[in-house]
Amino acid sequence: MILTDDEKRMRDGAEGAAVAAAMDLLIRYGDALACDRLCDVRNVAGTMTQPSPVKERLVAHGGWDKAFAVINLDCDDDIEVPAMRVPTCQLQHGFGADAKGIVPYPQRKIELQQQAEAFYGRRGVTILATCTPYQVGNIPVRGEHCAWMESSAVIYANSVLGARTNCEGTASAGAASLTGKIPCWGNHREENRHGTHLIDVRTPVDGFLDWGMLGYFAGGVAGEEHPVIAGDLARPDLAGLKHFGAAAATSGGVELYHIPGVTPEAPTLEAAFGGARTPEPAVYGPAERQAVYDTLNSQGSRPDVDFVLLGCPHASVDQVRRAAAALDGRRLSPGTELWLMLPRALRDVADRSGYTAIIERAGGRLLGDSCPAMSRAAPEGTRVFATDSAKQAHYLPAILGIEAWFGTLEDCVDAAVTGRWHGSLR
Amino acid sequence: MISLHGRTVVPGYAEGEALVSPEPISGWGGIDPAQGRIIEPRHILNGYGFSGKVLVFPSAKGSSGWSALFQSTRLLGTAPAAMVITRISTKSALGAVVTRVPAVTDLDQDPCLLIRTGDWVRVDATHGLIEVKPASGRR
Repeated sequence: MILTDDEKRMRDGAEGAAVAAAMDLLIRYGDALACDRLCDVRNVAGTMTQPSPVKERLVAHGGWDKAFAVINLDCDDDIEVPAMRVPTCQLQHGFGADAKGIVPYPQRKIELQQQAEAFYGRRGVTILATCTPYQVGNIPVRGEHCAWMESSAVIYANSVLGARTNCEGTASAGAASLTGKIPCWGNHREENRHGTHLIDVRTPVDGFLDWGMLGYFAGGVAGEEHPVIAGDLARPDLAGLKHFGAAAATSGGVELYHIPGVTPEAPTLEAAFGGARTPEPAVYGPAERQAVYDTLNSQGSRPDVDFVLLGCPHASVDQVRRAAAALDGRRLSPGTELWLMLPRALRDVADRSGYTAIIERAGGRLLGDSCPAMSRAAPEGTRVFATDSAKQAHYLPAILGIEAWFGTLEDCVDAAVTGRWHGSLR
Repeated sequence: MISLHGRTVVPGYAEGEALVSPEPISGWGGIDPAQGRIIEPRHILNGYGFSGKVLVFPSAKGSSGWSALFQSTRLLGTAPAAMVITRISTKSALGAVVTRVPAVTDLDQDPCLLIRTGDWVRVDATHGLIEVKPASGRR
């Protein structure tokens, strides 16, 4: 790897031991990728505060400095964590104080996380505590090099915003936060950002459910590569693309897609492929749509629903408004709980707008910071859950050993009110 | 003896019995670091342990937590002995680095086809060299 003079200084300890350890990790990581240089980043989204058994043990023995050294820098030395060199935010983590009495989640972990927030906040980590930093003030500009974790955020930043980030991990994001550097590999390079697969949409795609199902299909087709989506598409909104990306990153490993005429790096179909020949399309028609729906609903057999989960990725204000409208004047079935996950900053907006009151009057809950998959926590005794998120329908049965139903917001609210699943593909 | 040549991901030398996954491996939601096992319900190797084995797999999939989960296997003493990765990505590159095990990629032949579970594998990651001694009963 070729280092600039500034990078060599950091490696050699001129900025202190923690920065030197960060640069050492970036060099080892860059070598592992066969990458020849680093690029400058000034926007890092990583994870430092979330409790885990390993982290708890490290904190007990050596404090938060030790936990950061080992987990966020892969460093065995005793170092002190300095201020972040570039703007850095905390992604979603464990449940917070608002979950007390609602989520079966240990108080000890809530307190540990609060200590972590105080420690890292003092060092310049912004506690956004959401998988959707782009909804609460961290919106990279086009072409901006970032070091982000969270697959659904990475795909949104690359595709919808035209920013440049790979899917980073805990240690690479930690090292980037102290150096402002990341290997200039993969999505950071213009020549690697063109489309590789074409998906020809021949059934109308409009609304949250359909964008999620199309994303799930696209991930299956493209794997880790770059699908280009064209055909019978209504113009998507933020929530639709948020769901599309999360689903494509779940069923495959998609980090970048293009929708000609919608996403910024694809003004046309030809531009999406960078002038290369357009590949033979994979068709997404009514049969493929039905097949995706059936796959996402193959993990449910019992119609009795104990738990409804909305807000994966974390809900937009508009999704909260729609959930409130669907629940207005209704009452949840006594045996069913409904949680809506959102960034805590948007909770304030929901409160002021009266949406929270409507949802809580119906018996539902708004929760910040986390989700059942991150924190491995659902209402006590949950056997069957329903969700409008393809990503949660994919992951949660494996993580919690429960059955899943997938459908629209209206199907989910109906299940919450009646305690039974009546959803079907329309 | 079968030989494969590739590129160093993490230098070092290790040898052990192969665990070969024909499918990509998930970190978060895919392995249990406490037990050193694959736990993804629909994965073909669900329930198999990888501690001390040479883990051979086509690629990493799923959450950006991949590297952190494999790092935990190192901290909990359940890490594989080495990794042989067909197609590298940020997840598996960083994962191999923080697991601190010898790792090789970009091989001249498909390791997931040539190496079988149970074969004895020597991984000279420093020189990108892999030697496979097939398990008795196959040639």
